Amino acid sequence: MTVRNPSSVTRPRSDTERILDQSFLWLTRLLAYAIAAVLLAIAFQVLVQSLPAIQRFGVGFIFSQDWDPVKESYGALPMIYGTLVSALIALLLAVPIGVGIAVFLSENFLPLQVRTVLVFLVELLAAIPSVVYGLWGIFVLIPILRGFGVWLFENFGWFPLFSTQPSGPGMLPAGVILTIMILPIITAISRDSLASLPPELRQASIGLGATRWETIIRVLIPAAFSGIVGAVMLALGRAMGETMAVTMLIGNANTVNVSLLAPGNTIASLLANQFAEASGLQVAALMYAGLILFVLTFIVNIFAELVILKVKKF
Amino acid sequence: MNPQDRPSHSVGSPKAASATPVLETRNLNIYYGSFLAVREVSMSIPNNQVTAFIGPSGCGKSTLLRCFNRLNDLIETFRVEGDLNYHGQNLYAPKVDAVDVRRRIGMVFQKPNPFPKSIYENVVYGARVNGYKGDLDELVERSLTQAALWDEVKDKLKTSGLALSGGQQQRLCIARTIAVQPEVVLMDEPCASLDPISTLKIEELMHELKQQYTIVIVTHNMQQASRVSDVTAFFNVRLTDTGKRSGYLVEHDRTENIFQNPKEESTQEYVSGRFG
Ligand SMILES: Nc1ncnc2c1ncn2[C@@H]1O[C@H](COP(=O)(O)OP(=O)(O)OP(=O)(O)O)[C@@H](O)[C@H]1O
Ligand SMILES: [Mg+2]
Repeated sequence: MTVRNPSSVTRPRSDTERILDQSFLWLTRLLAYAIAAVLLAIAFQVLVQSLPAIQRFGVGFIFSQDWDPVKESYGALPMIYGTLVSALIALLLAVPIGVGIAVFLSENFLPLQVRTVLVFLVELLAAIPSVVYGLWGIFVLIPILRGFGVWLFENFGWFPLFSTQPSGPGMLPAGVILTIMILPIITAISRDSLASLPPELRQASIGLGATRWETIIRVLIPAAFSGIVGAVMLALGRAMGETMAVTMLIGNANTVNVSLLAPGNTIASLLANQFAEASGLQVAALMYAGLILFVLTFIVNIFAELVILKVKKF
Repeated sequence: MNPQDRPSHSVGSPKAASATPVLETRNLNIYYGSFLAVREVSMSIPNNQVTAFIGPSGCGKSTLLRCFNRLNDLIETFRVEGDLNYHGQNLYAPKVDAVDVRRRIGMVFQKPNPFPKSIYENVVYGARVNGYKGDLDELVERSLTQAALWDEVKDKLKTSGLALSGGQQQRLCIARTIAVQPEVVLMDEPCASLDPISTLKIEELMHELKQQYTIVIVTHNMQQASRVSDVTAFFNVRLTDTGKRSGYLVEHDRTENIFQNPKEESTQEYVSGRFG
């Protein structure tokens, strides 16, 4: 872009044009670097602030279950576990539902008008503030899930995932609320990538004697796969970082409990709960936990790129 | 289905008359919504021959072609009236399964449209969805050989079909279509985006293929129609009473008759390039 070959210019450009051109180039370049700089600055700041905790606890921080401000002993295992498990529940529920809705909305099962309204409603889900999700979770979702939880515990209590008496707030309601919150991301992006596929692909498949479902599953979804993976990864990032709604529903218990019916905690929710009153080493420990969340999200994104690269072969 | 049922103005030559038509239309009207795109087509497509559809843009050649394997079913506003018979069976009868029809009547499109999959997977796609039990490797080699592509791709079957040149992609699409072993192959301007050499290859291919398949090709290229086809149908458009344009079949005969000795003046004008 920056190389300008004088011989290819048919008309001499005025000085103003040149200067505008140059300054626009520099402006966009500056903005692009600024994003990277902001990211690095945040990462650096978090790293510096967490240094005392890193020096004190080292890698053991990741494997320790202690979170005791009185004894100044900190470990983030329950929150790391809670972050991953709640996000995993959300993905397991939201990916099939979201991709299903996306397929449904990109096909002509319904008249266009109805589909347009549905697409709009799904996207509206993304506009609801997370504290509203939290409130709705407390007053609507938890009462609904409590009955279901009791039933799970009574019938499948032998299974570790359902081995505790449901307590109201817990991993399950947090996972379900996250499902609802990431659904619009998965649906909207997957639908866009399905809808942007060339119609020739569908015609080719139908013309070879494939049914509509075979076409969707064998051709359309694979062709839109990188878009769908992108959607899922964006959603996963959102689920791991979501704070308010999760804090309100997860129970904020800093212990690892395999049962989904028991309360737990996530890194984001821990930070939100403790930052206000924290001081000294506790701040460093919270920063350290934040750094771990940062790295987790980073790993997820790299993983997503790898998956897309692997599939992009075709 | 017996040949005597054919409309009297059908193909005249003894050879064509002796062959049982594979496809036959009688007073076929094709609508998009209330728009009559093609009106009152009565013609037959003879077995193991190449039939060419020619005519000015918008006269409904593609529309008619897509009726033959019910690909127009994808368009919500689409509707037909009249008869379209395949071996005497009405293709649009309620009990006919469109998916089954498309397995017997394949289609090659104007723009090469391989799937974003490997060359191998492109060729076996139809076989996979049809639950083919035979040897897939053998099917791939046979289909690609028939489509005159095998030598060019035999060492890179696992690479993407999209990495081929346009002409190779089109031959891949032909291979993909004949891998299903249809009875009829419909081709909608298959050479429109190809260079002369690829075009020649595909024309040679059609000569080969008509031993086994019945071919219907839409083309804007008069030389191509006269080179490859045995029978030619000329379509035109005219304004209806309501001021809409709708296509109709002008005449339908042995290719040499259409090009050298047409019955209608408009055909003469069109094939000689004096069409206005
Ligand atoms: N999906 C559709 N919905 C409504 N009208 C259509 C549709 N497809 C085609 N038509 C109309 O039907 C008429 C015939 O179109 P068609 O594509 O069959 O022409 P064609 O003879 O194949 O032209 P060309 O040589 O340019 O490909 C045109 O007037 C076109 O506008
Ligand atoms: Mg056409």
